Amino acid sequence: MLELNDIHARYGAITALRGVSITVSQGELVALLGVNGAGKSTTLACIAGVLPPWQGSILFESGSIVGKSPEQIARLGISLVPEGRDIFPSLTVEENLRLGAYTRSEKTEYQRNLDEIFDLFPVLKERLQQSGGTLSGGEQQQLAIARALMSRPRLLMLDEPSLGLAPALVDQIFELIARLHQRGVTILLVEQNVHRTLEIVDRVYLMNTGLIESQGTPQQLRTYADIEGIYMGVRRQGNT
Amino acid sequence: MINLEFIINMISLGSLYAMLALGLVIIYGILRLVNFAYGELIMIGGYTMFLLAGFTPLPWLVVAVLAVLAAMFTSLFTELVAFRPVREKSLTAMLITSFAVSTLLQNAALLIISPRARAVTLPQIFQTSVMIAGTSVPWRNILTIFTSLVMLALLTLLLRRTVLGIALRAAADNFTMTRMLGVPANTVISAAFAISGIMAGIVSIFWIGRSATVTPTIGAPPLLVAFVATVIGGMRSLTGAVVGGFVYATIISLLGVLLPPDLLEFREAFMFAFVIIILLFRPQGLISGKTSEERVG
Repeated sequence: MLELNDIHARYGAITALRGVSITVSQGELVALLGVNGAGKSTTLACIAGVLPPWQGSILFESGSIVGKSPEQIARLGISLVPEGRDIFPSLTVEENLRLGAYTRSEKTEYQRNLDEIFDLFPVLKERLQQSGGTLSGGEQQQLAIARALMSRPRLLMLDEPSLGLAPALVDQIFELIARLHQRGVTILLVEQNVHRTLEIVDRVYLMNTGLIESQGTPQQLRTYADIEGIYMGVRRQGNT
Repeated sequence: MINLEFIINMISLGSLYAMLALGLVIIYGILRLVNFAYGELIMIGGYTMFLLAGFTPLPWLVVAVLAVLAAMFTSLFTELVAFRPVREKSLTAMLITSFAVSTLLQNAALLIISPRARAVTLPQIFQTSVMIAGTSVPWRNILTIFTSLVMLALLTLLLRRTVLGIALRAAADNFTMTRMLGVPANTVISAAFAISGIMAGIVSIFWIGRSATVTPTIGAPPLLVAFVATVIGGMRSLTGAVVGGFVYATIISLLGVLLPPDLLEFREAFMFAFVIIILLFRPQGLISGKTSEERVG
């Protein structure tokens, strides 16, 4: 479904990606793991069209999406929930969701999607008329994911959805991701929480300094005990 | 001195300034661009009225509507040919472009029409007054207040009730995220320029209604008023623009009656002293840009 080939990207003079190749198949839950600065978010930004790569190709459902604008890519069915969530603080929860459905014009479908969202995120129904900025961190994260789901994305990209959340909420978010995966949503997940991520994903890419270092299923990766150790160590540092 | 007539005049001036400021801030909110060619849209509105009212038999209401449309299309046209090509480059490039557009439009008016002031034929209602509670109030002022109320209501309706309006507000919060939801950047920006042009066109009717003349440089004073009003009110919020417009009008009107006659010609200097004081205490303007910087972790 999604295929990145030898993607190079840079911010000004700083090279962030040095030849990244990944694939995500229909219905898969794939994670990009790695320390800060490894290039995970940059990879997502390239796919979303926010940062055009200067080399390499990105195919989505066999069509090239390199050079397309973020709005064109969104219309193809790729949805990114960025790190830091980026909900619209001055819009109400309802307006946030309504914009999430911008690419879907049908009214009955909107209502049906909304009902489904309330089923997944009951708290959002209570907060419908509140402005996004007044929500707590966990609620904002739920809103960000809900907003992305409103477009019925073919590929959902989540950038560190557990970042900055209380442990109980982290569990909730991972359960949610697993549930979405069961429902058949194709997901590309970026995370620092290695332990929880390995529990739910189909496949993992390990990134370091703009390159894919290794890849495989969680079982395969667990055999590289030292690698997991490194990332676990990093995670503990990040959490204290 | 501060009687009913004074208060109605002040509210009328405030309404006018509020519309002016709104037209400027709606573009700033999304592109972070202070459009220095904004004043020239008022000039375009003025010359449209001068030409149509003076040389065609069109009824005046049609002339007024066409003046607003002329300002709107000029606004859209400048966005398309001047701002869009440099939009991705840098904010500075856009700022310089706005000066260039301003100068170009002014010089076009100089060349095509005349450097001298042209009289604009206005309908009778702009010269007559009505008696309210024993004071004479110009119809012009009542019309200004009424029109701005209608425009504020329409704008609120657009921004709250339509998807385009919600997208405009979202773009002011976070433009990239708005695009990532599939909202085309060009749609949002064109809409903002169209609204800005409509505001400028409506202001041009009442601004020129005061002097009944139009010159190539007529856009400079309203641009300054709009800029200062948005700075007072807060560049990040539409409510701030309205508040700023009214605060500006209140201060300048009060200065007009409170200053001794010898100092009246320095009214602007006092005005700016006030603005500096306001900014010393509220550097973000009276209404800060809502919640975007106050996100709860």
